Amino acid sequence: MIQPAKPELVTVNIDGQEVEVPKGINVIEAARMVGVDVPHYCYHPKLTIAGNCRMCLIELGMPAVDRATREPIMDEATGKQKINWIPRPQIGCGTNVSPGMHIKTQSDMVKECREGVMEFLLINHPLDCPICDQAGECKLQEQATGYGRGYSRFIEQKNVKPKRTQLGPRVVLDDERCVLCSRCIRFSQEVAKDDVLGFVDRGSYSTLTCYPGKELANNYSLNTVDICPVGALTSTDFRFKMRVWFLKQTNSIDTESSVGANTVVWSREGVIYRITPRQNDEVNDTWMADSGRILYKQVQSDDRLLPAGSLADNLAAASALLKDGGVAVVGSGRSSVEEQFFTARIAKQLEAKSCIVARHGEGDGILVSADRNPNTRGALVTGLITGLPATELTELAADIDAGAVKTVLVVGEDLTAAGLSADQLAKVNIVYLGFHANATSAAAKVSIAGLTVFEKSGTYINQQFRLQKFASAVPGLAGATDDRVVLAQLLAAVGGETTGSDLASVWSALSREISVLDGLAYAQLPDTGLLLDSTAWSGLAFPEGETLHYQPATAEATA
Amino acid sequence: MNLQPETLARIDEVITHYPEKRSGTLPLLHLIQEDIGHIPEEAIEWIAEKLELEPINVYEVVTFYPMFRRKPIGRRHIKVCRTLSCALVGAYKTCSKFQQEFDTKLGKVSPDGEVTVEFVECLASCGTAPVVLIDEELHENVDEAKAKEISDHIKAEAAQRG
Repeated sequence: MIQPAKPELVTVNIDGQEVEVPKGINVIEAARMVGVDVPHYCYHPKLTIAGNCRMCLIELGMPAVDRATREPIMDEATGKQKINWIPRPQIGCGTNVSPGMHIKTQSDMVKECREGVMEFLLINHPLDCPICDQAGECKLQEQATGYGRGYSRFIEQKNVKPKRTQLGPRVVLDDERCVLCSRCIRFSQEVAKDDVLGFVDRGSYSTLTCYPGKELANNYSLNTVDICPVGALTSTDFRFKMRVWFLKQTNSIDTESSVGANTVVWSREGVIYRITPRQNDEVNDTWMADSGRILYKQVQSDDRLLPAGSLADNLAAASALLKDGGVAVVGSGRSSVEEQFFTARIAKQLEAKSCIVARHGEGDGILVSADRNPNTRGALVTGLITGLPATELTELAADIDAGAVKTVLVVGEDLTAAGLSADQLAKVNIVYLGFHANATSAAAKVSIAGLTVFEKSGTYINQQFRLQKFASAVPGLAGATDDRVVLAQLLAAVGGETTGSDLASVWSALSREISVLDGLAYAQLPDTGLLLDSTAWSGLAFPEGETLHYQPATAEATA
Repeated sequence: MNLQPETLARIDEVITHYPEKRSGTLPLLHLIQEDIGHIPEEAIEWIAEKLELEPINVYEVVTFYPMFRRKPIGRRHIKVCRTLSCALVGAYKTCSKFQQEFDTKLGKVSPDGEVTVEFVECLASCGTAPVVLIDEELHENVDEAKAKEISDHIKAEAAQRG
C-alpha cells in the first residue's frame, strides 16, 4: 500500500485551543478537524470557493508584530504575544490557515453574524418544510435551529419565483427555496463540464435557471440535488416518495462500471428508495453518475428470475450434470470476489475451462469507465480468468460445436448476448445461477434464483485494484438464495474442499490461498476500501481510459 | 442576425483589449445593441460562440442590466426623467403627452414604429427639469407644449422620410 505524503502542519488557535492542522486548508476544514462546526451553505470541499453565502463568518486574529523591528509585541497582562483581531468578521471558507492564526467561532460577534445571515436567508424562503423533500437533511433547517434567532421579525410580502421548473429529465427546481449558493452551477462547470445553469435577473429576484432551450440532462445531474443545501433541487425519481428520516443507510458500491463509486443505499422495510454517493476521496470524491442511481430498480424488475423448486433439489440436479464431465464454466465480472472464488474452485475441481464475459462501453472520463463489469479485477485475482476477457465467447462456441462441452455452468450471464446461438445453447445442458431471467435461464436444465447486489454482501475490486466491500441493504427475494451460498454448496456437492459460505470463513480461505489478499478479512476492510498490489497484472492492457482519480497504467508505460 | 461590417470590425478589435476573451461580453452586448437595437437570443448565442463561453454566461449578464433590451424598440427612444426634481415640475404630464401624441403605452413601440416612450431615473440635469433624453440628445424644460413641439418635429421627419 502506498502511504500518502505527510502534510506540513501549522499551529492555529481555534476558540482558545492550540491545534495542529495541515497547512493550506481553510478555516472550516481546520475547525472540522477539532470537532468545531462552522456553518456554511455555498462552501463545498470538492468545489471552488464562492464565498457568497456569508454563513461561515468567523473572527480572525494574527499575533502582533512590531512593524519596524519585526519583534513580537507581548501582552503584559498575560505574558503572551498580543493578538491583533481584525475588527470585521471574515469568511471561514475563503481564509486559509497560517501559523499562529487565531480564530473565534463562538464569540458574540460571530453569533450575531450567523443570526443576521440566517434571518436574511429565511426572509424569502417559503418555509414549506412540511411538504419539502429536503426536510430532515436540510442545511437551512439545521442551521436555522442551530444558529438562527428562533423567531421572525418579517411582516412584509415574500418574493414569488418559479416553482416546479423541470431543469432536466431528472431534476426539478423550486426557485423560492433556493438560497443562491451556486453549488450546482459550480458543479456543472467544474465536475460535469456541462455549463448550463446560471443566475438570471440578479437582484431581489435572482433566479436559478437553465439557458432557454437547454436542459440539465448530463449523466451527473443528480449530484446537484445531493449538494443542494436546501430543497431547491430535488430528484424527480425520489420526490415525494419517502421522508429521509425513515430510511436506513447501507454502504454499497456502484456496479455499473469498474470505477466502483462508493454509494449509500437508502431503504425502508425492505424497499430501496434511492442511491446516493458516499465520499471516497480516492475513488469518486462525493459524486456518482445518474445511471448508477437507478440500478436499485433491478430488485423489483419484471425480469427477475423467480425461484422454482427447492434449493436442495436444484443443487442435486446441478451437481449430477456437472459431475458427468465435459463442463465449461462461465463466471461473471458482476459477481463478487467471494462468488468468483467459489466459481474458480468449482472450475478447478471439475477441470473445466473458465471464462467471464467482458462488457465494454464508452468511458465518460469522470465516473463511468469503459469496462462495464464492476469486478473484472476480482476474476483475475481469484484466478477465475488469467487474461483479459472477451465480449464474445468464441472459444466456448467452438468447444460446443466440436462436442467437447456437455454442460455449461453459467453465473448471471446471458450466453446469447455473448455470441452463442440458440442452437448452441440447445446442444448443452445449462446450469444457470443469477437474479434475472434471460434466454440462457430459459434454456437451462437447472436454474437457481440468486440475489442482486443490494440483497447480499461481498467485495469488488475496482479498476485501481481497490478492494471495496458492499453490504446487503434489503432482504433477498423470498426463496432466492445468496449466490455465494449456492456456489459454496455446489462446490461441496461436486466434491470440492468444503469451506463455510459465511463471509468470515470465505475470507479466511481467500487470505490463505490468494497472496495479494494475504492477511485480509472482510470485517476489517475499511469503508473506503484497500488498494491491492497489482504488479502481477501490470502487463495487461485494460480497456479503461482516464477517469476521476484513475490514470491508465498503459498510458504511463508508453509515455 | 445581420451585423454591419463596421460592427463586426469593432467587435474583433474590442476583444483584443482584454487578457481574457470573456471580459468582452459587456462591450460586445453594447455594440450589438447599438447596431440592431436590441439583444435577441441569437445574439446571446453568437457572442457565446465568439468568446468561447456557454450561452448561459452571456444570458446572466444580459438579464442583470436593465439597459439591455430583449425586444426591438421604436426608431427613437424617448427617455423621460421621473426622479424628484422632474416629477415635481410635471414629468408625468410630459410623459403622458408623448404617449398621447404617438398613441402608445409606456415601454411599447408606437403604432407608426417611430418611438418607444419610457421613464428613466435622474438624467442629472435637475436645474432644467423636466428633462427628456431622446436617443443621445438631451431636451430641457420639456413641458407639455414642448413635448407636443418635439412630437410634431418627429412626425414631420417621419413624413419626409415616408
